[in-house]
Amino acid sequence: MKKTVMTGNYAAAYAVKLADVKMVAAYPITPQTSVIEKISEFVASGEMKAEYIKVESEHSAMSCCIGASTAGVRTFTATSSQGLLYMHEMLHWASGSRLPIVMVEVNRALAPPWILWTDQNDSIAQRDTGWMQFYCENNQDILDTILQAYKVAEDPRVLLPAMVCYDGFELSHTSMPVEVPDKKDVDAFLGPYNVANALIDLEHPTTVGSLVSPDLYMEFRLLIQEAMENARRVAEEVAEDFSRRFNREYEGQVECYKCKGAEVAIVSMGALSSEAKEAVDRLRKEKFAVGAVKVKLFRPFPKEKFREFGKRLKAFVIVDRNISFGMEGALFTEIKSSLYQLDEQPKVLGFVAGLGGRDVRVRDFVKMVRKAFDAIANDKTYSDEEWVGLRGKKR
Amino acid sequence: MSWIKQLPQEVPLLSGTTSCVGCGAVLSLRLALRILGERTIMVIPASCSAIIQGSYPDTSFKIPVVDSAFASAAAVATGIVSALRIRGIENVNVVVWAGDGGTADIGLQALSGAANRQENMLYMCYDNEGYMNTGVQESGTTPFGAWTTNAPKGKTLYKKDMPMIMMEHNIPYISTVNVSYPQDFVAKLKKALAYHGFKYIHVYSPCPPGWRIPADQTTRIGRLAVETGVWPLLEIENGKFRLTGPSQRILEEGKRKPLETYLQAQERYRKMTPEDTKSLEDWIDKSWRKYAILQKCVN
Repeated sequence: MKKTVMTGNYAAAYAVKLADVKMVAAYPITPQTSVIEKISEFVASGEMKAEYIKVESEHSAMSCCIGASTAGVRTFTATSSQGLLYMHEMLHWASGSRLPIVMVEVNRALAPPWILWTDQNDSIAQRDTGWMQFYCENNQDILDTILQAYKVAEDPRVLLPAMVCYDGFELSHTSMPVEVPDKKDVDAFLGPYNVANALIDLEHPTTVGSLVSPDLYMEFRLLIQEAMENARRVAEEVAEDFSRRFNREYEGQVECYKCKGAEVAIVSMGALSSEAKEAVDRLRKEKFAVGAVKVKLFRPFPKEKFREFGKRLKAFVIVDRNISFGMEGALFTEIKSSLYQLDEQPKVLGFVAGLGGRDVRVRDFVKMVRKAFDAIANDKTYSDEEWVGLRGKKR
Repeated sequence: MSWIKQLPQEVPLLSGTTSCVGCGAVLSLRLALRILGERTIMVIPASCSAIIQGSYPDTSFKIPVVDSAFASAAAVATGIVSALRIRGIENVNVVVWAGDGGTADIGLQALSGAANRQENMLYMCYDNEGYMNTGVQESGTTPFGAWTTNAPKGKTLYKKDMPMIMMEHNIPYISTVNVSYPQDFVAKLKKALAYHGFKYIHVYSPCPPGWRIPADQTTRIGRLAVETGVWPLLEIENGKFRLTGPSQRILEEGKRKPLETYLQAQERYRKMTPEDTKSLEDWIDKSWRKYAILQKCVN
């Protein structure tokens, strides 16, 4: 199939067009803006039959998606960084209302100090909002993940909103060859929006989101938790279906690279996963038994997958492009927690790297992996994460 | 046949809401819903009205109601308007029913955005002049001098003038209503519904517990509010300003009842000194001079 060279943001815009989204409400923020610029061109030219609403804030962008989704149409918005934080209240509202809204979240570090470059603290800070979170490695991944995210979100076993995250500039503004699928194939995969998802019915009026008492509230939360648990299986099914239809090789939750026979795996999310693979190639040449695991789905977290890996691997090298101040990077926490039930614990080495767009080089990954093999050989344990690539001082 | 009997008798709001006795907001809501009818979708942000509908699975509304977060009502309604248009569902009134906090303070950004975009909806702000649902705190529309739990000596700032703020958004229809004048109320609501685009109605809503008035005084206080000039009944149609009915008749300064009659009827104004009363009076007179000028503008 023919490939077109395009940026990550354009790949996202093409996915939204292909997904037959009917209502887009968005507010500009760097580095997301060219997603909605491109969509506005599609709408203006009539290529995309949708309404594009220029709202006055991200809070309203999400509110508007909530209104439209409540009234039964497929919706989309895109944001980054501060914009995502400004939406936070409405993120909970969307998941609490069980609306299958899909959003692009172009990762950008948080201010102050002002910064435009990538890290994942913005989306990681939303991990408890009840949104599914997908992370993308390259521009093809962006286009394909958005289409899959709609399918997972709208599955009756799930009905939860989904955030498709990718690194600002490193992917959003970098051009790569992308295969854009045919509209009719996407239609066959995704199908039209099911208006039964609407929460408003004039013939059978209900009050949506009204007050509940403590003897009901917990069950509503449990339903969300169960939907999240279902989402793991649904994501796998959807990835399999998508791969079959579009000749790809996707998995729903995590993807392994040269994990066969590996003793150590580098775990990362987003664009860093590409660097991790390069490091694996280099280290494999040096006869290190190393592979790479890409976390595609951060919420729900693929804990069973890591439990399985934990039985086979001697050590994990976990690279977090985020930091939960006062604790550690999110992947480090989640993976250790997932491994806790195992009788035999592999070594788990954590690294914080690439915050605010700092370059993480292949040789940085090489060093991390060497440290892991050293830990295995000399039975060393590290409880704190190492900050990689700092200026001058070591931590 | 009396005027009220000619109104639609079907009210899509069941009796027995959990509102306080004498609630001006529910009186207004009941009257408004008679006119709005069953093909109405109401968006209600955090406010007393989010509570008085009852708790799940019960509801007092017989129309679809979408509860929304505090700052988001006009934006949620925007999404609904858009979705209905996309789905080809016509002849539905999308109405925001918000309190003064959700309108003049925390909801102002979303309101301004939706008005500026000329979204086809009716926005009704029921103004009980404070955060009554959280137990009577000062809002942007609490009047000067009024006591609230967080203004124990009375408010030191003046009330935000929402209709004037909305006037600068170039929307087709704006008015103020007061349920003590139901005919004026109904006429304005019907007029608003005939317009396409963004319509704004500011509803005077006495709050017996918050204003410290007896529950049977709601409509009497409402009349005093108009007669003293505290609550002008006005209308701005396509930018053309006019005072309506009883307010038109008291445009001249001497024709308004003394402000004290209004203040003395409510315990919330108990802390005001004579100087405070004079300040409030001057501020009200200034507003009326502004209305006199606006009314002369031809646009």
